[in-house]
Amino acid sequence: MARIAGIDIPKQKRGVIALTYIFGIGRSRAQEILSKAQVSEDTKVSDWNDDEIGRIREAVSGYVIEGELRSETQLNIKRLMDIGCYRGIRHRSGLPLRGQRTKNNSRTRKGKRKTVANKKKATK
Amino acid sequence: MARSLKKGPYVHYSLEKKIQQSAASGKKSVIKTWSRASMITPDFVGMTIAVHNGKQFVPVFVTENMVGHKLGEFSPTRSFRGHVGAKNKGKK
Repeated sequence: MARIAGIDIPKQKRGVIALTYIFGIGRSRAQEILSKAQVSEDTKVSDWNDDEIGRIREAVSGYVIEGELRSETQLNIKRLMDIGCYRGIRHRSGLPLRGQRTKNNSRTRKGKRKTVANKKKATK
Repeated sequence: MARSLKKGPYVHYSLEKKIQQSAASGKKSVIKTWSRASMITPDFVGMTIAVHNGKQFVPVFVTENMVGHKLGEFSPTRSFRGHVGAKNKGKK
C-alpha cells in the first residue's frame, strides 16, 4: 500500500489508474507523472518499491491537488458571487451558468424535482 | 472562442473617451452607457458606471475583482419574481 498526497491509498491497481483516485489527477496527468518518475504505467501499486514511490511523490507534488485544489475552486466561485456578476448570481440561485435551458432538465444544478402540489389546471 | 490578444480588450470608443475624461478631471459623475459588451479595464476601477439593461440604467461600482469581466454581466436583463404556485402557497 502506498500513501501519496496525504490520505489517498489506491491499491491493487495499475499505476495509471490508481493515481487517478487522487482528486485533481486524471488519466493524462497520471501518465505524465509516471513518465516523469520513470515508472511503467502497468506496474501495480503494490509492486512499487520505495525508490519509485519517492520519485512519484516528487512528481505529484508539482500539481495542485486534493484540499488545495478544492479550496481554490471554492475561492473562484466565491469571487464570482461577491462581485455580483451574472455567473455569480446563477451560482447563488443554484442554476446553470452557461446559458443552458432551465424549462426542463438541468437537474444536476437544480437537484431533485420539487413537485408543486395543487398546481392549477388551465381553465377555459 | 476567445478574442485575439493582438486586438486587446474591447471597450466602446465613446465610453473609453468618457472614462479618460472623468479620470483626468477627478472621478465623480456616473457614466451612463449602453455598451454592455465593453470589457472592464483597470482604468475603470473606482468609478460608477450606469449600465443599461434594456429598461433602465443599473449603477455598477467597479472594484478590482471585476477587471476582465464585461459590463453587461453586472446588469441583469431578466427579473425572476417566482412562480405563480409559490405565491399562492404562501398566502394559504
